[in-house]
Amino acid sequence: MADTSVTLNGIKLDTPVIAASGTFGYGYEFAELYDIDVLGSFSFKGTTLNPRFGNPTPRIAECDSGMINAVGLQNPGVDSVIAEELPKLLRVFHKPVVANVSGFSVEEYARTCEKLDAIEQIGWIEVNVSCPNVHGGGMAFGTQPEQAAAVTRAVKTVTRKPVWIKLSPNVTDIVTIARACEDAGADGLSLINTMLGMRVDLRTKKPIIANKMGGYSGPGIRPVAQRMVYQVYEAVSIPLIGMGGIASAEDVIEMMLCGASAVQVGTANLIDPYACQRIIADLPGVMNKYGIDNLKTITGGAHCG
Amino acid sequence: MRQGTYVIRSNEPLNVVYHRMILEGDTSAITAPGQFVNIKLESFPLRRPMSIHDWDESGFCVIYKPVGRGTEYMTALPAGTALDVLCGLGNGYSLPEGVRRPLLLGGGSGCAPLYALAKACVGKGVKPTAVLGYNTKDEVYGEDLFARLGLETYVTTADGSYGRAGFVTDVMSELEYDYFFTCGPMPMYRAIERTARTSGQYSFEERMGCGFGACMGCSVMTKSGPRRVCKDGPVFRREEILWPTQA
Repeated sequence: MADTSVTLNGIKLDTPVIAASGTFGYGYEFAELYDIDVLGSFSFKGTTLNPRFGNPTPRIAECDSGMINAVGLQNPGVDSVIAEELPKLLRVFHKPVVANVSGFSVEEYARTCEKLDAIEQIGWIEVNVSCPNVHGGGMAFGTQPEQAAAVTRAVKTVTRKPVWIKLSPNVTDIVTIARACEDAGADGLSLINTMLGMRVDLRTKKPIIANKMGGYSGPGIRPVAQRMVYQVYEAVSIPLIGMGGIASAEDVIEMMLCGASAVQVGTANLIDPYACQRIIADLPGVMNKYGIDNLKTITGGAHCG
Repeated sequence: MRQGTYVIRSNEPLNVVYHRMILEGDTSAITAPGQFVNIKLESFPLRRPMSIHDWDESGFCVIYKPVGRGTEYMTALPAGTALDVLCGLGNGYSLPEGVRRPLLLGGGSGCAPLYALAKACVGKGVKPTAVLGYNTKDEVYGEDLFARLGLETYVTTADGSYGRAGFVTDVMSELEYDYFFTCGPMPMYRAIERTARTSGQYSFEERMGCGFGACMGCSVMTKSGPRRVCKDGPVFRREEILWPTQA
């Protein structure tokens, strides 16, 4: 019998498949379709200290092998998430959930995480220092090692929960930033966030996205994500949560061989709402096909020596 | 919402502009006129949202205009092709208690979902008046369908090549009505806002990621806060809409 379980920061997951932030809301839409307890976990919609409406529409553009989004961190704010969304979530999801947090200053990140630290159903905090769709925040913290480290340190001082830093691929050297986060106390790294991209409407001759640029995601970015996971795996010893275009059980295994201890599935949820359920169900069969008995033993298997 | 495989029964041009596709499959998830489906096309990453023109127990029908690579690809799909469809999305129109003489105001592609709404009204003993607006004669479709339901039906064309020259609001301003339902482009909605003397319901269109409420790609701000066009809409009551300022 194939063992699909993995462990992240001492918490056991039945499967390495985690639904990615921003593609799974607070879980309710998917809980109407299938039992979301089959997930390893899921990372809920990026949360900020204050409510945000986000960017004007159009926020979405189709691309070859994926899509661009510029939602801009729409969310009701951390107090409302704690008071309204999380109690509702408790009725449909009975495992530790990942709290995804964004901010516009080091202090804001810390204040939001401090509030979330008190919530029992949260297993991990995933700090997004890589949102490409907001100005004066988000990705600004994830493109400089000192800034990423400052956010990591600030968050670590206000929570006892494991902290993952979600890294941007829109950098010259992701390894330097990964090392800076590890040195600052990060318990894990999520990579990659979306790649900054653009599409132009041939009829209007202007960008399709109202915010002009947005984050490119989907199968098209998977080779880039795997390369970055591979590079970062060689440089740090904390677990990596790999994501970028994963849409099948084969993709999960490939990402884990590159160095991921678990994976996140994002864009695939938007195209096929049953994507996570299907990938999770397919995993044992695909493991058998490739002679894998125990999934947690394959992390980093693609590395030589 | 239901995800399933739907088989094309027919896919033909209605006129030089619009095409009509009839898909067979389980329609149990469709609960109101004005809802939409989201169709997966092979080799296109995102689905195509289309409003439901008509449905019965055996299938549903969409009317579409080829405007990009996806919809152009759709026109070439032969009968018998199986498509992955998310069926019965969004809230749809609802006929408020006491409404007796509603207007149906359609603009181009937006005339399509008003037919299912017209049938639903007639089924409840309410006879709406239909006003269908097009740019030009070549685009006109559906007039006979509304007329066959026994409805007073007006057609306008912007260039005057068919029916009455002008816009749906020109007819609207001359009619008696106690409510309105509309689906069409934003400039038409601005004209309706200036003309309308009653409450009503507008159906909104937006570029969507998922179509079922997960991605927040199609959010609009309303008087009661952010709402998702795909899940909380596409139909919004006139009273809750915050109109975007004209660029």
